[in-house]
Amino acid sequence: MLEVNDLHVSVEGNEILKGLTLTINAGEVHAIMGPNGAGKSTLSAVIAGKEGYEVTQGSILYDGRDVLEMEIEERAQAGLLLGFQYPVEIPGVKNIYLLKAALNAQRAAQGKGEIPAPEFMKLIKEKIANMKMDASFLQRAVNEGFSGGEKKRNEILQMLVLQPRLAMLDEIDSGLDIDAMRVVSDGVNSLRSEERAILLVTHYQRLLDFVVPDFVHVLVDGRIVKSGNAELARELEANGYEGIEESVA
Amino acid sequence: MATEEMEQLVRREYKDGFVTDIESDTLPPGLDEDTIAFISRKKGEPEWMLEWRLDAYQQWLKMKEPSWAHLDYPPIDYQEISYFSAPKRPEDRPQSLDEVDPKLLETYEKLGIPLHERAALAGVAVDAVFDSESVITTFKKELGEAGVIFCSISEAVQEYPELVKAYLGTVVPKNDNYFAALNSAVFTDGSFVFVPKGVKCPMELSTYFRINAENTGQFERTLIVCESGAEVSYLEGCTAPQRDENQLHAAVVELVALDDAYIKYSTVQNWYPGDENGVGGIYNFVTKRGDCRGERSRISWTQVETGSAITWKYPSCMLRGKDSIGEFYSVAVTGGRQQADTGTKMVHIGEGTRSTIISKGISSGNSNQSYRGLVKIGPRAKGARNYTECDSLLIGDTCGAHTYPYQEIGNSTSTLEHEATTSKIGEDQLFYCQSRGISEEDAVSMIVNGFCKDVFQELPMEFAVEAEALLNVTLEGAVG
Amino acid sequence: MSDTLTFLETLKARDAGRGPEPTWIAARRQAGAARFEAMGFPTRRDEEWKYTNVLEIARGNFALANDATFSPAAAAALTLPLDGYRLSFVDGIFAPALSDVQGMPDGVEVVPLSQALEDNHEAVGGTLGRLTGVDFPAFSALNTAFMEEGAVVRLAAGCVVEKPIVLQFLSRVNVDKPTMCHPRILVEAGSRSEATIVEHHTGDAEATNFTNIATEMFLGRGAILTHYKLQEAPLGDFHIASIHVEQERDSRYVSHNMDLGGALVRNDLISELNGKGAEATFNGLFFGQGRQHVDNHTKVNHNAPLTFSNENYKGILDDRAHGVFNGRVYVKRDSQQIEGFQSNQNLLLSDRARVDTKPELEIYADDVKCTHGTTTGQLDEDAVFALRTRGLDEQSARGLLTLAFAGEVLEAVTLDAISERVELAVAGKLPERFNLAGLVETAAALND
Repeated sequence: MLEVNDLHVSVEGNEILKGLTLTINAGEVHAIMGPNGAGKSTLSAVIAGKEGYEVTQGSILYDGRDVLEMEIEERAQAGLLLGFQYPVEIPGVKNIYLLKAALNAQRAAQGKGEIPAPEFMKLIKEKIANMKMDASFLQRAVNEGFSGGEKKRNEILQMLVLQPRLAMLDEIDSGLDIDAMRVVSDGVNSLRSEERAILLVTHYQRLLDFVVPDFVHVLVDGRIVKSGNAELARELEANGYEGIEESVA
Repeated sequence: MATEEMEQLVRREYKDGFVTDIESDTLPPGLDEDTIAFISRKKGEPEWMLEWRLDAYQQWLKMKEPSWAHLDYPPIDYQEISYFSAPKRPEDRPQSLDEVDPKLLETYEKLGIPLHERAALAGVAVDAVFDSESVITTFKKELGEAGVIFCSISEAVQEYPELVKAYLGTVVPKNDNYFAALNSAVFTDGSFVFVPKGVKCPMELSTYFRINAENTGQFERTLIVCESGAEVSYLEGCTAPQRDENQLHAAVVELVALDDAYIKYSTVQNWYPGDENGVGGIYNFVTKRGDCRGERSRISWTQVETGSAITWKYPSCMLRGKDSIGEFYSVAVTGGRQQADTGTKMVHIGEGTRSTIISKGISSGNSNQSYRGLVKIGPRAKGARNYTECDSLLIGDTCGAHTYPYQEIGNSTSTLEHEATTSKIGEDQLFYCQSRGISEEDAVSMIVNGFCKDVFQELPMEFAVEAEALLNVTLEGAVG
Repeated sequence: MSDTLTFLETLKARDAGRGPEPTWIAARRQAGAARFEAMGFPTRRDEEWKYTNVLEIARGNFALANDATFSPAAAAALTLPLDGYRLSFVDGIFAPALSDVQGMPDGVEVVPLSQALEDNHEAVGGTLGRLTGVDFPAFSALNTAFMEEGAVVRLAAGCVVEKPIVLQFLSRVNVDKPTMCHPRILVEAGSRSEATIVEHHTGDAEATNFTNIATEMFLGRGAILTHYKLQEAPLGDFHIASIHVEQERDSRYVSHNMDLGGALVRNDLISELNGKGAEATFNGLFFGQGRQHVDNHTKVNHNAPLTFSNENYKGILDDRAHGVFNGRVYVKRDSQQIEGFQSNQNLLLSDRARVDTKPELEIYADDVKCTHGTTTGQLDEDAVFALRTRGLDEQSARGLLTLAFAGEVLEAVTLDAISERVELAVAGKLPERFNLAGLVETAAALND
């Protein structure tokens, strides 16, 4: 589904990713772990199309399409969805508008018509119930005045509504208490399916107890230095990144 | 802290109010074409300069004194003013500091500008304008070696007529406004600076202006030109003696910056403000404008205004050149019956132009102070940016602080931000300082200094010290 | 003949046919006419009119309407779906057929001015013209000169009116000659009374009339008045409004001033905070397109200690529209412990749109906290990016954010019929490239 090949990315002249290669297939859950500053967030930001990141070498293919040639919204419409570490507050834009506009944009890209209002309402009601959110939240502005946990729930809610093919979750666990963590994890787990892949970016093992990955990659200094299964994450928890860095060096 | 104490803190005696007792060569009051011809002849000016003056005079006659400012003063009788006063002995000008009238030097001492010492220590070249004549210009030689021309405008008219002709009145046209027209007709002296292409002026240039004789108006004219890549920092200081009649000061300053040029113009204005009942003091009507003609040029105005009975002054920048930058940093302190209407104009004409305005006003006593600013974004000024911050501090309940910012935006790619606050010194801030063992007086002084910090840091070092000292003098001595 | 005289001739012709009436009202009209004649129409040399040229009005040749005929179906479509009491006027003439003030609770009176004068003119005489007559700006004077119709709202002490009082002004197509009207609204809110007044200006899309409305509102001790002014006049209409509010101790006045229509619009909103604890909130939105010109001048006069004001105006300008905002906070000497906040934010959607903004502070007391801020610029690019990562194309993202910009003002609106109307109007008025009418309509439907 997604093939990242020898990816080099610079920000303001500093090389952050230095030849990253990663393949994700449908049905898989990947976790990228690594110390701060290793380039974890850069990877998901580049895939989503954030400005200010210069790809100097390498490629990203999604179902064989060159992702770097796609517009930001095209990527999202094609099912590449990023859950932000720090979701931006958008004063005045109601959640309901965002969800509806995004869903219709996706449907339009698939050649489908707009979703009928009753069907949309039913869908939304079901999903907010899943995320244990109050209906009043739909009338509130996107992320405005939300607590850290609410913002993260909102990110997952959008995933549940938009049903991405590849969900990239950047530090979705940061700032969550244990209850919120459970709700968010349940949401993520409900996304798991044969057609879908999930890419988790995290600093801590904690999330991976709730969402057990198929593959764990350790990212150090812009490269994947070690890959393994969920066991690797537990190893990291025990020995820390230093152990890995040393063993690689 | 009681309000009266606060007020007393800012009430002060004017420290620079003494009269220098030297003979001067003064024209009787009155203004007509003969007066202008006299001034022109006295200065040995060429014919074209006289015609220029007379043309300005004719235009002035047709103009009306502006009344839109938040100022209240009795009508000025322009026939009651003497338009020329020069210290005696104009024929044998001093050639070095040793030859300067010791009384004059003493005057500068009292003002805290020991000319030679200060100049030597700080590396400042000083052009001192005493009433209407430029008395002496120091460091001319060193500047000459760098190719920088720094002399009085009268001298420039004679020595560099082509340069003067090419630039004079191109930034502030003769008929720009009532006071500029008057100045164009009768200006007596001022400074001229020309920094040629690529030259960074090796030292700070400085002029002190002082009105000494009675019943005289002072009309100086300053012209500063920086060619491509040139840079200069220019300082201006002003004082006047204590008199019980009002004196008029109507100056014009023109700055021209070509490609990549940078002009930094700093003023510490401490003209006599009048006494606490509003008797006497200088009427200060000044037109200052910088023209960022070249790409990436930059003009920066910094002013500390503590004097004058009436201030009418809006140092401005015409941002013509692509990516040019205009800046205005101002601290204005008013007390007694002072009235100040001051601010700036930033006119964005070229693409990518940027401007910053930081204005701090402190009003006390029965004074009134207004910030009046214009930020204008023209249709061609794509991507223009402005940031404006104007804060007012009120000390006592009989003063006024007003803010009139005009913003005219004709371009959707521009970004403007404007913030303004008006408040008094926080009781909690005072209490906090005092509970740390700081006296009320020092606490007020500290807080006010902190309030002005953003502007003071823009001043050249030696001026910053002077400005802080001036502010402390302003606030000193009343508590207890 | 000068522009001023044209109007005075029309006035003379009208008053020639007038029957007997109390002398005070004739005297007041005459004072207004004299004042208007002396002042003339403002020009751009006048600081208060620096950015607004009213020559088109001054040169206009307007008739006075004779009847209030308006298609009931068309009126119904324009009327806000509000459950309240309603007075309607067509080109300034009272339209009983389109009005409904049934079931009004005790202690409240909502009547057309003509009727109030007829019923008990002395009760009106004390207050009518007290505020707009203070210094008679030209358009107020002109209104006073013509004053005969409008609305009178009186609330007895302690009277709380739950349902909104709607004053609807319809502008219609006049084939011969466009009309002018000079409605006068008088509101007297007794102490501790509470009400919501909705002033709604709308009409035939093709109309080209001139409305010059003057409003006086008196808030007694502790009165709470919410005043919505939704101006969606036809795009060819001229609309001038002078609103003068006087507030006593602990009263609260909230203005929601929304301008969507009109070719040339000018609002002067002034509140006098005369008693301790009085509070004024000015909430405003203006949206200009085409060559619309929308000018909002507001003033809050803090005449007493411990008074508060809070102002938030937002402007969206597209095409060649011109927006003007001038807000003044004035603090009188000895009015201590004042808080005044003022904000104006503008969004320019087109390169030929322009905005002139001037937030002013004039302060003569020291124990004050006054701030103002303005911003003019573009949309937040981080927000544009965030929306695009959800699949919205760039234009839709910008459209949605523009709508959101307006939405921040609408959040304070508690009458859904109004916020939805404005939101829909803004969404539908957004440039073709990001028209969002469909989106908002479905979302509004979902709310039901």
